[in-house]
Amino acid sequence: MTVSVLAALTVALALDAGVLDKIARGSQPEREEALAALVATGDPGSARVLRALLEGRLHAAPEGAVLIERDGAFSDALSGASVPPTDDLEKVTINNRLRRSLQRALLGLEMSAPEPERRLEAARALLQAPDTDLLPAVEAALQRESDSRVREALLTTQGMLALSAPESNRRLAAIAQLERVPGAITKRLLADRLAVESDPAVRTALERAVLGVEASLRRADRAGLVFSGISLGSVLLLAALGLAVTFGLMGVINMAHGELLMVGAYATWMVQLAFRRWSPAWLDWYLAVAVPASFIAAALIGALLEVTVVRKLYGRPLETLLATFGASLLLMQGVRSAFGAQNVEVANPGWMSGGITVLAGLVLPWNRIVILLFCSLVLLMVWMLLSRTRLGLLVRAVTQNRQRAGGLGVPTPRVDLVAFALGSGIAGLGGCALSQIGNVGPEMGQGFIVDSFMVVVLGGVGQLAGTITAALGLGLANKMLEPVAGAVLAKIVVLAFIILFIQRRPQGLFALRGRAADE
Amino acid sequence: MPKVRKPTAFTWLALLCATLAGALPARAAETIKVGILHSLSGTMAISETSLKDVALMTIEEINAKGGVLGKKLEPVVVDPASNWPLFAEKARQLLTQDKVAAVFGCWTSVSRKSVLPVFEELNGLLFYPVQYEGEELSQNVFYTGAAPNQQAIPAVEYLMSKEGGGAKRFFLLGTDYVYPRTTNKILRAFLKVKGIPESDIAETYTPFGHNDYQTIVAQIKAFGAGGHTAVVSTINGDSNVPFYKELGNQGLKATDIPVVAFSVGEEELRGIDTKPLVGHLAAWNYFMSLKNKNNAAFIKMWKAYVKKNKLPGGDSRVTNDPMEATYVGMHMWAQAVQKAGSTKVDDVRKAMAGQTFAAPSGFTLKMDETNHHLWKPVYIGEVQGDGQFDVVWKTGTAIRAQPWSPFIAGNEKRAER
Repeated sequence: MTVSVLAALTVALALDAGVLDKIARGSQPEREEALAALVATGDPGSARVLRALLEGRLHAAPEGAVLIERDGAFSDALSGASVPPTDDLEKVTINNRLRRSLQRALLGLEMSAPEPERRLEAARALLQAPDTDLLPAVEAALQRESDSRVREALLTTQGMLALSAPESNRRLAAIAQLERVPGAITKRLLADRLAVESDPAVRTALERAVLGVEASLRRADRAGLVFSGISLGSVLLLAALGLAVTFGLMGVINMAHGELLMVGAYATWMVQLAFRRWSPAWLDWYLAVAVPASFIAAALIGALLEVTVVRKLYGRPLETLLATFGASLLLMQGVRSAFGAQNVEVANPGWMSGGITVLAGLVLPWNRIVILLFCSLVLLMVWMLLSRTRLGLLVRAVTQNRQRAGGLGVPTPRVDLVAFALGSGIAGLGGCALSQIGNVGPEMGQGFIVDSFMVVVLGGVGQLAGTITAALGLGLANKMLEPVAGAVLAKIVVLAFIILFIQRRPQGLFALRGRAADE
Repeated sequence: MPKVRKPTAFTWLALLCATLAGALPARAAETIKVGILHSLSGTMAISETSLKDVALMTIEEINAKGGVLGKKLEPVVVDPASNWPLFAEKARQLLTQDKVAAVFGCWTSVSRKSVLPVFEELNGLLFYPVQYEGEELSQNVFYTGAAPNQQAIPAVEYLMSKEGGGAKRFFLLGTDYVYPRTTNKILRAFLKVKGIPESDIAETYTPFGHNDYQTIVAQIKAFGAGGHTAVVSTINGDSNVPFYKELGNQGLKATDIPVVAFSVGEEELRGIDTKPLVGHLAAWNYFMSLKNKNNAAFIKMWKAYVKKNKLPGGDSRVTNDPMEATYVGMHMWAQAVQKAGSTKVDDVRKAMAGQTFAAPSGFTLKMDETNHHLWKPVYIGEVQGDGQFDVVWKTGTAIRAQPWSPFIAGNEKRAER
C-alpha cells in the first residue's frame, strides 16, 4: 500500500465511525484502504488514532466503539470521551507492513508540526525510508521550512527522491546534495540510478559520487571495527584488571577470579532488585550504588579467601591453584543454591540503552561507551593507587622482595590482605560492568577466567601497561578477524597465536627488567 | 583427628528399621516412573528450565485425575547441565537405574544426537518437544516439536510474501551446531528454488554462549543496505539476550530489517526490554497470546502451578511452544499407555500411532500413524512491547511433518518407516 501523504496535506475530511470500524475489525485490504482514507483526513484526531494503532494502544470489542488506551485509562477514539473498558476488549494488531505505512503517514503529519524538533525528527526518519511518492510533500515542506537543520535533512530527502527526475540538471543537483551525506541508503540509491542512467554527464557525476560514498562508508566501517575492538578490549581489561593485581603483582594463581566477577555482577543485580522494590523512581540511577556495592562485596569475599586459603599457601603455587579452584566451585554452588541456577536479569538503565550516530551508518551503543569510560576510570584509579599512594608503595615493595620489605618494618601479612582484597574488589567492578552487556548466571565467571589469564600472561606478569596493551590488542585482533573468518574461527586463531607467542616469548609483551626479573 | 566410633548393634538395628520404614510405603503405592532430562544450569537453562516445570505440572495434572492404569506417575528429574556428553550419561542412568517408562527431554539437537544411541541400545522412549532440523527418524523417539516444513520454510515464505515485506536478501545467523547448520542448508536449497541468487544469502555462526554481537549486527546493517533484507536467526540459548540488546542499541528496526527467530519465544524474551524489538518475528506452532478455550485453561493451570510452588519469576512466568509440545506429548503418552494397557515400549509405540489431543494451540493434534511426528499448525508472530507475540499469519489446518526435507539431495529415496 502506498499511503498518499500528498493527499494528507491537501484534502481534509473528518474521521468517521465507518473508517474506524474497518481499521479495527476489517480484513487486511479493507484496513489498508481505510487507513489511506484516515491519513487523508490529515486532522490531529487521526494522528492520535494512528499513533495509538502504531503503539498498540488501539482497542476494540467485537461490537461498539473503538477505544484508545493511555496509562490504563480508555477513551473513545472518535469523541475522546473517557469510557470504562469491557471484558471482550482486544488490542488491534498490526504487522510490519502496516507499521511501515503508519510510520510514513505519521511522518507526513509530523512534517507540519509547529515544533522544529518534531519536524527535524520526521525529516530524519524520512531519510531512512525515501519514497518517490513523497517528493511533492517534501518540496512543499521545504517551501515553508525555516529551521536550517530541518532544511538540510529535507534537502537530502529531496535529493534522494529527485534522482529519477526527468530533467538532467535536477538529477545533477540531487547527486551533488547526496554526495554530502554519505550512507548506505545513499549508496544504494546512487548505484541503482547508475544502472539505468543514460545521460553521459550524469553518469560521470554518478560514478564519482558512488566512489566517494563508498570510500566514506569504508571509513565508517573501519571506524566501527576499531570501536568494537576497543570495546571488547575494555571488557577484557575490566575482567583481567583484578587478576593483574592478584596474579600479576602478588603472584597468586587465583582460579576463583571468575567467581569474584560473578559476585560483583550478582551484587549489581541485588542492588537493582532493592531499587525496584523500595525506590522505583530512582531505578535509572541504581548503578551509582551498584558500583561501590559490587566492589565491597567482591573485596569482602576476596579478603575472606585470603585469610582462610591464600595466606596459608604463599610460595606454593600448585597448592594455591588447587585450593582457589575449590573455592571457585564453592562460590558457584553457593550462588546456585542461593539464587538458582538460571541466569538473573540485569536491565540496562534507560540512559544506557540506544546509541549515538557518529558517522554515516555507524551507531555507537551507549552501554559500550559507558563501559569504555568506566574502564578508563577504574584503570586510572588503580594506577594512581599503586604508583602514587603509600599503600601502593608498600604493595610494590612486598611483591618485589617480601623478606627485605618485612625486615624494613612493613607489615607484610596486612599488605597482602589489603592488596588481595583490592584485586578482588576490582574484579567485582568488572563484574558490575559485565552485567550490563552479557548474561549474569552462576557460571558466568567460567567464560572469563581463561580470557583474563590470557590477557595477564600475554601482557607480561606484573605489568599494568602490559595488561592494557594485551587486552586492547586481543580485542582488536578478535574483532578484525571476525568479519573475515567468522566468530568461531576468529577465537581459534587468536588462541593459536597466543600459544605461539608465549612459546617464543614466555615473559610476555612487557618483561620486568633488572633484579626482580631473576626471581 | 576425632576417633571414629564403631557402629554398635543398636545403631545397626535403628538403621535397619529406618530402611524398612522408608521402603514400605513405596511398595504399597506402586508408581510409574517418568524421566525428565532438561538442563537446569548452563547456557541452555534459560530455555529448558520451564520445560522441566511444565512436565512436573502435567504429571501432577494426570495424577490428580487418577494417574495412568490406576498408578500414579513419579517424576525423576536429572540435570545434564547443558553438557552434551552428560546428557547421554544421565539418559543411561534414567533407563537402567531408575527404570523409567518414558523420558521427556532435550532441547538442542546436539543433546538429542548425544542421547539417541542410548535410547536405541536400551529400547527406551524419548519425547522430544522442540522444533528441529529433521533428517532423523528413530523408532525410540516421538518428535512433538516442528520439522522444518512446519516452521522454517513457512516463515521464510512469509518473509518473501508481499505481506511480510517481500524480502529478497537473507542473512542466516545461528549458533554453531547441527540444528542451525542443517536448517540453513535446507533454507539455502529452498531459497535457490525460489530464485534467490547465492550472492544475496549470507551465513554466519557464533559459538554457544557468545555474548559480543557488535560486529555481527554491523555486518547485518551493511548487508541490509542492499534493501529488502531479512535475518533468519537460529541462535540458541542465552546468547539471544546480548544479540537482541545489541540490535536494540544499534537501532536496527523491524521495519527496516526484520529478524525472524526459530528458537526465541516468550520465555527467552522475558527480561529483555522488548520495546525496541517490536515487529521482529518468531515462527512457532503455539503462542501464549492465542485466544482459545484450551489455551486459556493451559495458561490458568500454569499460573496456578507457578504460584503454588513459588517458582522463581512468579507472575512474570509465561508459556511457550516447547512447553505446549511437552504438555501435549506427555498427555499423548499417558493416553497411549492407557490404550496399550502396559508401559512396555513396544506396546506404547504401537498405541501412539494416531493418538489425538485437543492442544492449547487451538487444534486437535494428531500423532502421525507412521512418521513419529505431530501434525501441527504454523503461526508467525510479531514481538510486542510486553514480550508477547501478535499472530500475523497462520495456517488454516494442522500440517503433516516432513522429517526428510525434500530440499536436501538424496532424501527422495529415503522411506518413512
